[in-house]
Amino acid sequence: MNELAQMNAVVEVGSAGEEWAFWICGTLAVIGALGLVLSRKTVHSALFVALTMINLAVLYITLGAPFLGFVQIIVYTGAVMMLFLFVLMLIGVDSSDSLIETLKGQRLAAILMVLALGVIAVAVIAIALDGTTTIGINEANAEHGGNVEGLASLMFTKYLLAMEIVAAVLITAAMGALVLAHRERWSPKRGQRELAEERADDFNRAGIHPGSLPSPGVLATSNAVGTPAILPDGSASELSIPVPLRGKKHPDIPAEPEQIAADFEEVAELSESETVREPEKLADVTGHLELDEVYPDSHNDEAGTGEFELPPAPDDEGRS
Amino acid sequence: MDPVAYVILATILFCIGAVGVLVRRNAIVVFMSVEMMLNACNLTFVAFAQMHGNLDGQMIAFFVMIVAAAEVVVGLAIIMTIFRTRRSASIDEPSLLRN
Repeated sequence: MNELAQMNAVVEVGSAGEEWAFWICGTLAVIGALGLVLSRKTVHSALFVALTMINLAVLYITLGAPFLGFVQIIVYTGAVMMLFLFVLMLIGVDSSDSLIETLKGQRLAAILMVLALGVIAVAVIAIALDGTTTIGINEANAEHGGNVEGLASLMFTKYLLAMEIVAAVLITAAMGALVLAHRERWSPKRGQRELAEERADDFNRAGIHPGSLPSPGVLATSNAVGTPAILPDGSASELSIPVPLRGKKHPDIPAEPEQIAADFEEVAELSESETVREPEKLADVTGHLELDEVYPDSHNDEAGTGEFELPPAPDDEGRS
Repeated sequence: MDPVAYVILATILFCIGAVGVLVRRNAIVVFMSVEMMLNACNLTFVAFAQMHGNLDGQMIAFFVMIVAAAEVVVGLAIIMTIFRTRRSASIDEPSLLRN
């Protein structure tokens, strides 16, 4: 509490520092308010509001209300604006305003009316405040030892009933938000069993394949998720592509099945003519490499047929 | 600094917030404009507290903040519910009760 008492002493109400703070923070607050109204994107509006709130907090502190200043920063910029941004992200950031006026001349009329309101308000305030004297908050703050202590003594004596009502309001608001945001589940939750039965039903009725869909194609040119798998007849499997990407022609897939067949024949010829798979040729190619290093099991190739005895495959029970 | 300056600044902020409420049609922007108007009122409360030399104005501003926080919670929940059913956050859309 000593720090707050010191702060009250530092921010002398009526000093030149207060005047500087008013002009800088007041200008920034107005800029933030204009940005809220004028910016097209909602996220920018939210950030401009946060700017205004922070500057208003500084103004509260210079007006001798450090507690309200910190509450302003914590509650408004910390909680309320983050809640706004959270809801913005939930309902879509790009939901920007349409520029079309639904009511003709409404925009101009609104601005004129609000200008009139502002002029009247300023005039009334100027007349009402003419000849009044400013007492200053420093004495009231110092009465109980500080701003926080003063507010606390008020809060739990004079405003006790209001405090209780506010507590009820807060709890009701929390309950209301829970009820409003709650989505009723109209059907029982579908578990693994229900989904499996549904798949079997679909197969019985419409012959829909009950297994998982084929995975996308892994080709030499592309293994992107949008590349369809190629079926044995050379056509592309539409089922292997994610739903949003379906119906788009992929450039890596040759259109004609004959082309595919020709490609396969070409590959087969190549692999026959260049007998790369024979271990002797492999040794020639690698040169300095010992055959044992390449094929540690090549000792059992006594006949030189190029066939190796594979180690026994693990049987099914041996699998972990 | 004269409290009149603070009150005039609060009036400017209030008017900009009112323009935002009247002109913008995204529900969230309208809501933020309402928050701006509430903040302008808070600034007048604090300025008048300083002028009169007692803490009651600050107390009222504190209550305004609490009620505004509760209002934000409920209002955003309503906006979310409307968005869920209408797929839109525009305040022109929910005109079902017109006819």
